[in-house]
Amino acid sequence: MNIRLHFFASLREALDSDGEMLELESPEPRVADVLDLLRARGGRWSEALGEEKTVMAAVNQEMRDHDTRLKDGDELAFFPPVTGG
Amino acid sequence: MQQVLVTAAPFDPHAESERLHAQNPAIGAVVDFIGWMRDFNDGDPVSRMTLEHYPGMTEKALQKIVDEALARWDLLGVRVVHRVGELKPSEPIVLVAVASAHRGDAFRACEFLIDYLKTRAPFWKKEVTRDGERWVEARQSDGRAEKRWEEK
Repeated sequence: MNIRLHFFASLREALDSDGEMLELESPEPRVADVLDLLRARGGRWSEALGEEKTVMAAVNQEMRDHDTRLKDGDELAFFPPVTGG
Repeated sequence: MQQVLVTAAPFDPHAESERLHAQNPAIGAVVDFIGWMRDFNDGDPVSRMTLEHYPGMTEKALQKIVDEALARWDLLGVRVVHRVGELKPSEPIVLVAVASAHRGDAFRACEFLIDYLKTRAPFWKKEVTRDGERWVEARQSDGRAEKRWEEK
């Protein structure tokens, strides 16, 4: 299955990417599985998405926790805590 | 009038609030919260700021917060306007205008809206200081302000 990834703000800068299409092997991956997969790339990926960092997630433009399961065609975004207002 | 607007153009918060009021003669109270850009943050002078957002999600998240306020209080109108892009000190960042028949609902809904916006709407501030650019860190006090509304 394929998902569309987006990165925002300090995370976008640290990863030097605003997103990508990602192909996943497992049938019902969770948000946390995608994070693990990205961290495994090492370098800036393991650093910017480190376990000690607060990484927020949105699935199809709604904030979701890291246990949320993904399906084919989902839009998944990662970003730091929000600072609007 | 649409309840939520995310705009890269400067806006006049007083004119926005006046337009909300002019819609309905049953309105007896309007409470405005206006968030202004300061020229100082975390001990340093700030000369400029850039606000990033998540096009699509930001508008949806704001509308969801507005719908929650409308379900919770007796309101006659809501207008939320939030800037994105590049801002200078003394420009308005956000307006939350709430209209009701009497002050109680408008006061409470306005505070609820800005508290929820601060933790649930995807916006990110990056400021320019003398030492260069830096991302603004989220405040824990904003999380506490949001939590208050869960108990009531």
